[in-house]
This record gives sequence, structure tokens and C-alpha cells, in this order.
Amino acid sequence: MSVGIPSFLIVSAILFTIGLVGVLLRRSPLTILLSLEVMLNSVNLTLVAFSRQVGGSDGQVFALVVMGIAAAEVVVGLGLVVAMTRRAMVLDTDELRTLNG
Amino acid sequence: MDLVVFFIASVCAIASAIAVVAQKNPFVSALALLGNLASLAALMLLLEAQFVAAAQIIVYAGAVMVMFLFVIAYVGPRGEIGPGARKPWLVALSVFAALLITVEIIVVVVGASIGDVASVDGDYGSPAAIGKALVTHYLLAFEVVSVILFMAAIAGVVFGAGGRPVRLSTDQVLAKEGESAVARRREASRAALEAARDSTTGESAR
Repeated sequence: MSVGIPSFLIVSAILFTIGLVGVLLRRSPLTILLSLEVMLNSVNLTLVAFSRQVGGSDGQVFALVVMGIAAAEVVVGLGLVVAMTRRAMVLDTDELRTLNG
Repeated sequence: MDLVVFFIASVCAIASAIAVVAQKNPFVSALALLGNLASLAALMLLLEAQFVAAAQIIVYAGAVMVMFLFVIAYVGPRGEIGPGARKPWLVALSVFAALLITVEIIVVVVGASIGDVASVDGDYGSPAAIGKALVTHYLLAFEVVSVILFMAAIAGVVFGAGGRPVRLSTDQVLAKEGESAVARRREASRAALEAARDSTTGESAR
């Protein structure tokens, strides 16, 4: 393999940071969920890369589990978005501050 | 050859990730995420993880993205929310912190010596190998994930379908639609009233 594992790790770090900026700065819950997907996928790439480095299948199984959990998280998040839409609430995380302490 | 594929796939992945974060329209963001997932699957194929790459395409591009697109279509233009009135120093601080984390990870990765890559046989990353690991050594994790997915499905149904949709009062509708819509509606009702009056007077005169 001509491409080293560190290159994959660097790409994954860049993707993770882009997703992090999206989660921090965007206000639409839909876009925040999409940015979360970017973060989770970059972590999956890291897991697969380290799995290749070690030569076992453990990291890949972990990546599959992360995919399953990400799907569950998306279901709950999108359910919340649909519920907010049905209740005619504003889809803006800056406005949704009823639970603020 | 590997290097070329790696370069193209990583540039595509980073560009589409930036598009996901920067686009105002969530529909475009979701489509950019599709491109991101495809490039990541290509990167995983370079790492000889065939099964994970295929699962990535099937689970994400096939199932999760369809759900995303359905919800985005359901929400409609209300999902389009721009950056809004954020304090500029807060934005700058977030980007700076994120850049700091990237630089930190890159320094650590470049500086660390993680040793030689293990040599693997053709069976590595195949569905057979992953499936065997999944149902023998990682059986508990496998079952827990299935239970969590089941619970999430129930939660999604309860959140999405539970309760009754709220009907807006006339005042709220008017406030949302703005004054022009109010004027238009008033004009339309007046025209209808006059038309009705004309027809009744015409009939009585006859």
C-alpha cells in the first residue's frame, strides 16, 4: 500500500473539524444533524484506518456499530424535527431556549 | 495509482464536507453529504475494508439519506436558516478552536511513529471475516445495537406521529403571512361580497 495510514488520519481530522464547526455555528437542526453525520463518518474512517494498521477486524466491527448508533441518533433527531414542525415551532436552535436554566 | 485515488477521494470528501456545513439550503447539504459518504467509501476501499465501504453506501446513502431527504421535504423552506445574528468574536473563536484541534491532531499524527502497517491476506475486510467477528466475539455489541435501533424506531414514531398537529389561530397566520397577504385576502373577500350583492340585486330587479 503506497499511501500511509497517517494520511488517512489527517484527512479524518480535517473532516471531523469541519463537522465540528458546522455543529457549533449552524442554527438549523437539520444542518446540525448533517454536520454530526460528517463527524461520525470521519471517526469511522479513523477506526478503519487503525484497523488496517493493526491488521485485525476489531476496528471495522466498531465502525459498523458506530454506523448503527448513528442511524438511531438520526431517527430520534429527525423525529424531533418533525415534531417541532407539527407543533408550528421555529426551527432555530437559537430560538428554542425554553429549557434554558 | 493508490496515491491518485487517495488524493481525489480526500479532496472530494473535504470539499463536500465544507459544502455540507456552508450551504444554506438543507437539501443541497444532504446531497453534499451523499458525495462525502461516497468519497469516504472510496477511502475505506483503499484501506481494504470492502464490507464497511459497502455497508457505508447501503446504510447511509440508501437508508439514512432517504430519511433525511423526506424530512427536509416535509419541513420545506422553514428549514433554510442562515447564519443569523451571531456575535462575530464567537464565530471567530469557534473557527480558531476548530483549527487548533486540527493542527494539534496533525502534529501528533505526523510526530508519532505508529510503526509498520500489518500485512494482511485476501480475507481481510471480507464480509465473511467481519460477519464471523460480529457474531462470535462481538455478539453482545451486535445485539445491543439491534435493541438500540428498535428503541430509536419507537422513539421516532412517538416523536413524529404522537400528539395532534397544532392549528394556527387566524392572528398567527396573518402574522406569518404578512401585511400584503392580509390586504390581498381582504380585497378578494370584498370582491366576492360585491359580486354576490350584484347578483342578488339583479335577480330582485328582474
